[in-house]
Amino acid sequence: MLTYVARRLMVNVGVFLLISVGVFLLVRAAPGDPVRMMVNPEQLAAGGPDFIARKRAELGLDDPVVVRYVVWLRDALTGDLGYSFVSHRPVSAVLGERIGPTVLLMGTALLLGLLVAVPAGTLAAVRRNSAADYASAVVSLAVISVPSFFLGIAAIYVFSLTLGWFPSSGMTTPGGGGTDVLAHLVLPAAILALSIAGPFMRYVRGGLIAELGADYIRTAEAKGAGPPRVLLRHALRNALIPLITVIMIYVPQLLAGAVALEQVFAWPGMGQLAISSIGQLDYPVVIGFALFIAVLVLLCNLAADVLYAVADPRISLQ
Amino acid sequence: MDEPLLTIEDLAVQFPTEDGLVKAVDGVFLDVRPGEVVGVVGESGSGKSVTAMSVLGLVRRPGRITRGRIRFRGRNLLDLSPRALRAVRGGEIAMVFQDPMTALNPVVPVGRQIAEAVRLHGKGLSRGAVRDRVIELLASVGVPNPATRYRQFPHEYSGGMRQRAMIAMAMANEPALLIADEPTTALDVTIQAQVLDLLRSARERTGAAAILITHDLGVIAELADRVAVMYAGRVVEQGDVHAVFDAPRHPYTRGLMASRPRIESSPGALVPIPGSPPSMLAPPPGCPFHPRCPIAADREPCRISRPGLTAVGAGHATACHFHEELA
Repeated sequence: MLTYVARRLMVNVGVFLLISVGVFLLVRAAPGDPVRMMVNPEQLAAGGPDFIARKRAELGLDDPVVVRYVVWLRDALTGDLGYSFVSHRPVSAVLGERIGPTVLLMGTALLLGLLVAVPAGTLAAVRRNSAADYASAVVSLAVISVPSFFLGIAAIYVFSLTLGWFPSSGMTTPGGGGTDVLAHLVLPAAILALSIAGPFMRYVRGGLIAELGADYIRTAEAKGAGPPRVLLRHALRNALIPLITVIMIYVPQLLAGAVALEQVFAWPGMGQLAISSIGQLDYPVVIGFALFIAVLVLLCNLAADVLYAVADPRISLQ
Repeated sequence: MDEPLLTIEDLAVQFPTEDGLVKAVDGVFLDVRPGEVVGVVGESGSGKSVTAMSVLGLVRRPGRITRGRIRFRGRNLLDLSPRALRAVRGGEIAMVFQDPMTALNPVVPVGRQIAEAVRLHGKGLSRGAVRDRVIELLASVGVPNPATRYRQFPHEYSGGMRQRAMIAMAMANEPALLIADEPTTALDVTIQAQVLDLLRSARERTGAAAILITHDLGVIAELADRVAVMYAGRVVEQGDVHAVFDAPRHPYTRGLMASRPRIESSPGALVPIPGSPPSMLAPPPGCPFHPRCPIAADREPCRISRPGLTAVGAGHATACHFHEELA
């Protein structure tokens, strides 16, 4: 098991290095001269004609690209992603305080999405070609087709402005009670959940229909197992294994959906930060965000490989 | 003679397809007496497996049993409630399937799959008792290290071992009738004999009757007491194995016997039956075998009426208009 994880990890480290090269080159391609942006006119005047050149050498900007990449990567790996152009605080601190709300939003949405998709997909598979099956197909297609930011705006109109059930923006209200965050979470999490429940449901349905036709299902029936047992113990158990991969593939999509919804609901997460940083040309924060996404996706891939090996005994751990 | 344990009367099973209705089984009659082995032979598509599946109500939708009765110990299995039928499945009647590679759930340890069969019919058994019973069953079918094998998954078993496990599962509740649907077809030739031996000993130990479905006449000759030859969804000849094999009274059975490869025959001496099995979408009128039959010779009865089973000896019956010519 450990060697299996270690091998998968090696692959992911390789991919991460490739991504880091890409990100580093993007930094270099960004417009503007960091030294000119750093120094103020008085320093420039006092420093003499070769001040810029000396400063460049001092900062290591004259070193070969490879040396600069290694130094940058070393800093990045130790958590030093530089400073925000806008707030002048360390990028790691700026990102750090935004991770929590985004993970809360994504995690809740993923959980809710699965809680809807697995039972609905199972029902659609068992009663395939029934009214319930067609209805769920229409609903899932609808939530796949309608962009979540639109659903968000519609939900704010209906549930916040008209009905007044849930707050429309932010994560907390000053002086709010214990369920304050929960109340703020309901709308964005539910809409994000819907956007993934649609495709997940179709995967569960398709997988389950395939498994229900398998020979081992007939064996279970021939043993005298009843329909609930055949469905849950045998078919669903097998049908859910591929869903692990599907979920991990959808994590970046979930994050993209979160970015859009955080804008709509003013949710103080990474997505909101990324959008505003891009607008303000705050490159260090944007780069930090890009690296964060890369690491997140790679970790999800690793998690998928490991979970798959745990869930499916046929996957060799050697 | 014993009262039959199982009586299939005029069974018909249909499958609606895009091209029309397929009559996979169309009027099968078959008796199985307690403790006896009935071999069912026929080409692919002759309705052997569908007949077997019908006994346990395992015909998959959209397939449908449209006619007939399946009497087992005084009840018509086709009339049973789903709950009563589940008590019969794996309890009084158990089944071994063709392909052990796919017949076991890939993500559940083999021992637990057998334990499921034990527990479903032996309510109130303790965990330990169930486990002991499964290990005993695995040992009885010749699985080495049964306690270790209990925890292993199907992919850790070889094909022959899986079929042994399937037989252990089928024998778990000492069924009165064992249905084996081509139990050795998917196995290596060297393993086939072992599995057949095992089926024989398991059956002899418990006194179970068996329906053995195969297209291998050698298997029938070795294990069966009686044989039923199926063609185009019906039994066309049945009787004592020796009577049927020594003096077949149906031209199709004769063709099957003649097309068997034999050690003593020279290469190229295989005699195939000309033509191919009829389409079950549009079976030929009259006797379904007449287009391929060497004695029909376009005679009118063969083209017009489908012959029923007629007794031609003690417990030997054939469905041929001109069976006298074969005597």
